[in-house]
Amino acid sequence: MKPTDLVGATPGPPFTITFDGRRLDALPGQSIAAVLWAAGILSWRITRGGGRPRGAFCGIGQCHDCLATVNGRPNRRACLVTARPGDTVTTQEGNGHAGFDE
Amino acid sequence: MPDSTSDAHRTAGASEGHELPPDAREPYDLAVIGAGPAGLAGAVTAAEHGLSVALLDSARQPGGQFYRHPAPATRAARPEALHHDWPAFADLRDRLKAGGVTCLFDHHVWTVAREAEDDWTIHALTEPPGDQQHSVRVRARAILLATGSYERQLPFPGWTLPGVVGAGGAQAMLKSGLVLPGRRVVVAGSGPLLLAVAGSLVTAGAEVPALVEASSYFRYTRHPRALAAQPRKLTEGAHHAEALLRHRVRPRTRHAVTEAHGTDRVEAVTVSRLDHEWHPIPGTERRIDCDALAVGHGLIPQIDLATALGCATRRTADGTHALALSPLQETSLRGLWSAGETSGVGGAQQAMAEGELAALAAASRLTGRRPAPLPHLRSLRRSRDRMNAFADAMAVTHAPGPGWTRWLTDETDVCRCEEVPAGRVREAVTEYGARDARSAKLLTRAGMGWCQGRVCGWAVSCLASSPDTAPTHAGAQTSAPDRRPLATPVPLGVLADLTSPDRQPASPPPASDLPPHPPTEGQPS
Ligand code: FES
Repeated sequence: MKPTDLVGATPGPPFTITFDGRRLDALPGQSIAAVLWAAGILSWRITRGGGRPRGAFCGIGQCHDCLATVNGRPNRRACLVTARPGDTVTTQEGNGHAGFDE
Repeated sequence: MPDSTSDAHRTAGASEGHELPPDAREPYDLAVIGAGPAGLAGAVTAAEHGLSVALLDSARQPGGQFYRHPAPATRAARPEALHHDWPAFADLRDRLKAGGVTCLFDHHVWTVAREAEDDWTIHALTEPPGDQQHSVRVRARAILLATGSYERQLPFPGWTLPGVVGAGGAQAMLKSGLVLPGRRVVVAGSGPLLLAVAGSLVTAGAEVPALVEASSYFRYTRHPRALAAQPRKLTEGAHHAEALLRHRVRPRTRHAVTEAHGTDRVEAVTVSRLDHEWHPIPGTERRIDCDALAVGHGLIPQIDLATALGCATRRTADGTHALALSPLQETSLRGLWSAGETSGVGGAQQAMAEGELAALAAASRLTGRRPAPLPHLRSLRRSRDRMNAFADAMAVTHAPGPGWTRWLTDETDVCRCEEVPAGRVREAVTEYGARDARSAKLLTRAGMGWCQGRVCGWAVSCLASSPDTAPTHAGAQTSAPDRRPLATPVPLGVLADLTSPDRQPASPPPASDLPPHPPTEGQPS
């Protein structure tokens, strides 16, 4: 049983977003974190200090572990942002502003 | 940044399918912060007693964490499949629609300011889809704070690996996003939430190779009276137990996940037996393969908005800080009521009873009339008190024992945001004399990151509470509640707007205006 079957979800047709250039299917109404989990992707941030991978942890906007760069804007909480057709998500490195410092 | 109170009203109204005249109802009689069971019950009760009510929540729909459910766009025909007692929520949602409550969803409240007696301003951020972030002010004559709780985490080696997620986080992602973190998910930690999480995961198709609970459930039997008074709780427990039984998941009590293994994601966990103080017993380790771990150790009341205002708090039976409330749910600040897990974690039934009581008390104060017949009030109070007693028994049973810090190595990151390892916090204590979370934080930056210590605060105060850094539970309890002047990160532009003369709202709440001292503990309620 898949979770979508369990609740009898009949969302509109899936659309795509990209994550680091890879195309992912998204269902209307899902958060970006949910789209990534559905594709088996668990990390989309590299920590500032240790360079370690991170993804969603608390799932409710508290921990800020799920920060991603969405459509060029860094530090978006992927668990709170609803995916929209054509969104471009990229792995966030450090504080997300590395590109501006160079 | 424009002051967009009226825009935000229109947006929120439009998303709910009805237009609201901007500003026409401000100040509201009552502003309710949080649309979970407590806030919903409070908002509909207040509206049904003639108050004008604004209901704010950071989510895009009502329900809170307990009744979190998929977005309308998923067109889920059976959202109740992942819920216990969905009819109670459906009833509140229907009454919300009927009651003329102004719903302000996607509103992240970052501070509440008290302008005068009966005059409050709520500051929030909202970001309508495809639009800019706006700051919003909402004025009200009274406030009902129903911000619920968040999960307590005890760190262990490997807990920062991708695939290790909060138990509540896994539950939230499943309930709203209809996704699982993996196929084989170990569920671990302590508290009744674990049963619900494991039950949902197996129902949704995951395999749960182990359900690991650090306490012993048998301790419930020491509180037979509190237990017997809780038929609904028992049914809820039975509901989860049945799903677990069907999928052959047997809770393993007095055990803990003491390490997660993997390089780029979790691949296995080590489970160890614990003694009664939660010290892992050497030689009992067992390795379990998995591709995800859902972990949590109970819930912590979310009271930042109230502590920033100086509200009195009390210590709960499991060592967290909750708001100290009057028998009618009022905080130590007149006109600020609270309901639900802000005053102690007791589940949805208790939250709804408290929300109703608080709303009745607020309605009585604001209208000068007694809003409900006395027998009804009395029975509400009685059932709330019964549920409180049960919640206390649960809290005692699941309170973390002091031995948990033994499974931390010096290399284990305690603060996830700032990547501060346990060794540095221990050093701050032994070498530099830190005796509480606050001084440990200043010395190590633990708790200074994005989450403002929500995730690591409890663990850091345990480590800092004793000179030999093998703290007692009582030690962890002596620290003051965390103070966070801003309950959610706020762009500097918004703060600047508040102080610019052109954009002057009724009264700005700069952080420096907030009470400088931590609130007193244990003030009589
Ligand atoms: S997962 Fe914690 S903030 Fe998104």
